[in-house]
Amino acid sequence: MKKTIAQFQVPYLQVLDETGKIDENVMTPLSSKQIKELFELMVLTRVFDDIALRMNREGRLGTYAPMIGEEASIVGTGYAMEKNDWLFPSFRENTTMFLRGVPFEKLLLYWRGDERGNNFPANAKSLPVYVPVSTQMPHAVGFAWAAKMKKEKYATVVIFGDGATSKGDFYESMNFAGIFHIPIVFVCFNNQYAISLPRSSQTNAKTLAQKAIAAGLEYFIQVDGNDVFAVHSAVSAALKFAKAHGPAFVECFTYRRSHHTTADDWTRYRQLKEVEAWQKKDPIDRLRKYMQSKKIWTKAYENKVVAKARTTVGNAVKKSEAMPEPDNKDIFKFMFKEPTPDLQRQSKELDE
Amino acid sequence: MMAVLDMVQALNQALKLEMQRDKNVVVLGEDVGADGGVFRVTDGLQKEFGALRCIDTPLAESALIGASIGLAMNGIKPVLEAQFNGFSIPMLDQLVNHASRIRWRTRGQRSCPLVLRIPVGGKIRALEHHSDSPETYFAHTPGLKVVIPSNPYDAKGLLISAIRDSDPVIFLEPLSLYRAIKQEVPNKPYTVEIGKASVMREGSEVTLISYGAMVHECLKAAEMLDGKVSCEVIDLRTLKPLDIEAVSASVEKTGRAIVVHEAQRYCGVAAEVAAQIVENNFLNLKAPIQRVAGFDAVLPMPKLEKYYLPNVDKITKAINKAMSY
Repeated sequence: MKKTIAQFQVPYLQVLDETGKIDENVMTPLSSKQIKELFELMVLTRVFDDIALRMNREGRLGTYAPMIGEEASIVGTGYAMEKNDWLFPSFRENTTMFLRGVPFEKLLLYWRGDERGNNFPANAKSLPVYVPVSTQMPHAVGFAWAAKMKKEKYATVVIFGDGATSKGDFYESMNFAGIFHIPIVFVCFNNQYAISLPRSSQTNAKTLAQKAIAAGLEYFIQVDGNDVFAVHSAVSAALKFAKAHGPAFVECFTYRRSHHTTADDWTRYRQLKEVEAWQKKDPIDRLRKYMQSKKIWTKAYENKVVAKARTTVGNAVKKSEAMPEPDNKDIFKFMFKEPTPDLQRQSKELDE
Repeated sequence: MMAVLDMVQALNQALKLEMQRDKNVVVLGEDVGADGGVFRVTDGLQKEFGALRCIDTPLAESALIGASIGLAMNGIKPVLEAQFNGFSIPMLDQLVNHASRIRWRTRGQRSCPLVLRIPVGGKIRALEHHSDSPETYFAHTPGLKVVIPSNPYDAKGLLISAIRDSDPVIFLEPLSLYRAIKQEVPNKPYTVEIGKASVMREGSEVTLISYGAMVHECLKAAEMLDGKVSCEVIDLRTLKPLDIEAVSASVEKTGRAIVVHEAQRYCGVAAEVAAQIVENNFLNLKAPIQRVAGFDAVLPMPKLEKYYLPNVDKITKAINKAMSY
């Protein structure tokens, strides 16, 4: 006997196309105010990038991972999260973290190489930046699992890139979450590159979303990651699913238009015309077109939005740069709850 | 009230008492539930506390430690079991890159108070990858505490301390001592302080410093030489933070030190102990500090294992050598 014992299909969602037109059938209703907020947050993201990159060139900021091109995924995910949801970020989601209550001056402090940037306000619902790839995924699973054990009602979102989906922690985490029906949403920002390695060389799988199927996840989708409506809608639905049933997976199909980090040079591994092609799919441009058609955008409005974003980030820069130098004893301060005798001895060496 | 228990029973009792005390203590690992753990340390816990507090996890060591980190960051106290020492090695990524630095990098806003139990050491004729001594990897990592008992009483008290600790503790359990020694152990909960060594035998001429199963080889060697050489035996009990005060006080008295462990010699705990003795006791020393340890070769399977591991004979030779200076 030979028969088919299981069949799967990977859904795809695009609401807002490159020309700024929406598919009314799949559009989640959003008010003009909400649409403007999404636009303003994406502009803020780009302004943050501009300023951070300029600071890097001037030696005022360390290695930095630019966000340009991925604003819809970055903002759409954060905007979909509810008040008590928790975020486990990767390292290219400054605005997602900002939406969870992490001030920009803290993020800038971190990128300036100062751990005090990780000392978030008490109400922030985000972990600090995670640099190693995929290793934050099981933490997010455990964190969400603890919430379930304590009967707390929030979900946890973990963000990672296409490269992470080749790693063991990625699969182990989804498999683990599936078994225990853990309220977590795995959000993959598939930006087509892991430093220099293109998505096509990362995995032979047709989509990254399908990797969730093998782990037994029951909610998985690929969305146009440059379409903020699609990202917002899919992550919102995934969060709802996670809270009611268990783990969900959203693959945001997007593109990293700049270097991996400021220490990288993308001209070594890809052609200009590829980057230019993605420029035409810009997440901000297409939302602007849509807003124009809805008559909720004017040039004056955008000028105001940009000016406000520059002030917001500019103030954060001032705050982060006004921080006094850290105390060298901070090296030992948070190793253990109570300092151990060996560390007390070593700490004194700094006084000699 | 006391009961005569072996180390497995003492550990089991510690887990049970702590799970009764605090509902946020959960035990998790591979085969820890219905099976009670491959060495039976978690026997009966699932029956008493249910499958939501004594949790069988999928066979995935990185997710096991990684999820435990997440649990610990969010108010649950995970006590997880690495089934065999070789299976703790995939956990190193999570331990070195994350568990050890959660408190530090969140500037004290989050912490990672988990306990990772790992069976270690040889002498039980086990398979490959089951008999290694990986303590150095953990002890070398800032932010981890590393504990290893040598008897049932300390096993229970140290495990309770580890569970009540606010930071990650690596709890090493010497396989060859699981069933070898029985001892009177109080039924009630009690703690043995982390970071404190114990003088197992007093002496005046040579200090033998060891931990885990090798403490008993040191005690045997000391007994054999009784009347000829007066040996003091120190059980470190905690490898990090090291109780160097106890070691120094003894070497100040004896002037001779031998450090004994199963783990390979290079960069081993003995190297650290020897260095710190030299820093503290240089003028007290009457003989070079010696290390009796595993070779810097792969730990062989049972046929050759006895040639690799320290034993009474090797320790006796080192004592005689120390006395010959």
